[in-house]
Amino acid sequence: MLDDFFVRALLAGVGVALVAGPLGCFIVWRRLAYFGDTLSHAALLGVAFALLFEVNITLAVFAVAAVVSLLLLALQRRAGLSSDALLGLLAHSSIAIGLVALSFMTWVRVDLISFLFGDILAVSRTDIAVIYGGGIAVLGVLAWIWRPLFAATVNREIAEAEGQNPRQADIVFMVLMATVIAIALKIVGVLLITAMLIIPAATARRMVSGPEQMAVVAGVAAVASVVGGLFASLQWDTPSGPTIVVTAVCLFVASLLVPATFASRRRQGNP
Amino acid sequence: MLKRQEALVELDGAGVGRAGRWLVRGVNLSIRKGEILTLIGPNGSGKSTTARMALGVLNPDEGTASRQPGLKVGYVPQKVSIDWTLPLTVERFMRLTGNIGKADVDAAMERTGVSKLRHEEVRSLSGGEFQRVMLARAIARKPDLLVLDEPLQGVDFSGQIVLYELISKLRSELGCGILLISHDLHVVMAATDQVICLNGHVCCHGTPVAVASSPEYRQLFGDRAVPTLAVYEHHHDHVHLPDGRVRHADGTVTESCHPGDGHHHEHGEDGGNKEHGHA
Repeated sequence: MLDDFFVRALLAGVGVALVAGPLGCFIVWRRLAYFGDTLSHAALLGVAFALLFEVNITLAVFAVAAVVSLLLLALQRRAGLSSDALLGLLAHSSIAIGLVALSFMTWVRVDLISFLFGDILAVSRTDIAVIYGGGIAVLGVLAWIWRPLFAATVNREIAEAEGQNPRQADIVFMVLMATVIAIALKIVGVLLITAMLIIPAATARRMVSGPEQMAVVAGVAAVASVVGGLFASLQWDTPSGPTIVVTAVCLFVASLLVPATFASRRRQGNP
Repeated sequence: MLKRQEALVELDGAGVGRAGRWLVRGVNLSIRKGEILTLIGPNGSGKSTTARMALGVLNPDEGTASRQPGLKVGYVPQKVSIDWTLPLTVERFMRLTGNIGKADVDAAMERTGVSKLRHEEVRSLSGGEFQRVMLARAIARKPDLLVLDEPLQGVDFSGQIVLYELISKLRSELGCGILLISHDLHVVMAATDQVICLNGHVCCHGTPVAVASSPEYRQLFGDRAVPTLAVYEHHHDHVHLPDGRVRHADGTVTESCHPGDGHHHEHGEDGGNKEHGHA
């Protein structure tokens, strides 16, 4: 069954979606959409390093994304610039360095398009193993830091005063993000990774009243986008990465049509 | 002599500076179990900064701050804004920093009068409701140290009286120490063991009576603040019921309590204090 490229694509996509949904909720809650973009731009620098030093692409992307995100934390503490300025600085400097580095490597002919938009139909068995291994690790760690991370998201001072150690949670979260960027690169590509993180979470928002619920619904929405997108791209012969994102957008638009149940239930809870 | 109890939290000559200026410095304080310490002082006098040093959220730039190891803290900060995009019900908010049993959550919400709100989204609460929920959340943890920074801002007046009463009961019930910051001088002075009056430094400290009669206090708050102490020395002729209504000496019950309602006898101000009975 795994011999079929389409089945492998489905499996890989579902694996990434299951991780991207819950993690994407934190991106939405913490207003880190631009941070996702920064990391995916940094991923391109990781690709350049991987080709230059002939190391595994996923590992190199993970390493560069982790370094960039920890660099961001360090720069934020020095507090001279706002976060969005720092993110822009890191995003564009890493993508520029990446492109310059690639241009030096005249001996490699790189298909940049496959990194920009992903190449889910070329997923190998090893890729699937990496996605599920990494994905299970990410979800496990996320469950472990869930309470402190969410508490710090709601209110950092309370979390810190009540012993939740938000700094540690921040660092762990950054590393998780770097992992997801690394394993998702091949599926949706640099340009669309942030979409996989944000759109399913945004879709889930209107249907839930609790954070844990939102993580689950976002995961389901992400899986539905991948499955729907892949079948649609097979049907109409469209590029698969962008089709997955378009499907996710369609789900989001559909979610807007759902009446906001919890807003209207105010004052009608248990007496 | 009673054995001197170990302090839950202790500041010794502690101070914090930002951008070349001291926000507050030279603060000495210690809070023991069952003790209420109140910080008073004008805006910008370093009350919240002092509380945050005591909590360990801010590290002092001079002096030291020490807490008992494993100290369980309940904190109600002065300003909390919760991002409206967060899906967060009151019930989930109660368990923000620890997995608290249903019975404790129920009891705490009952005591601050927010049981009805448990399924609401936090973003839909009014200011006063939110403060009550914040207080409930802090108590439900059964903390060793409760730090309340202007906990009752936006709470209606009769609610404030009931809740300050609750706060002063908590110290014996939970056996916790309480660090309270408040502008409601007349209420605070009635329910507290020690008062520290801050104005960038410790301006004066001691029992409420000692502080209120000190010249520094007069200078800081003016002579008009002095009679606030009289509040808990005068006789009370009405009782606040838990639902916010008021029963007067002549047996009638009214929705609220004000001097012009015909049920009050001659006295200065009304306000909450230790002698308020509760039905």
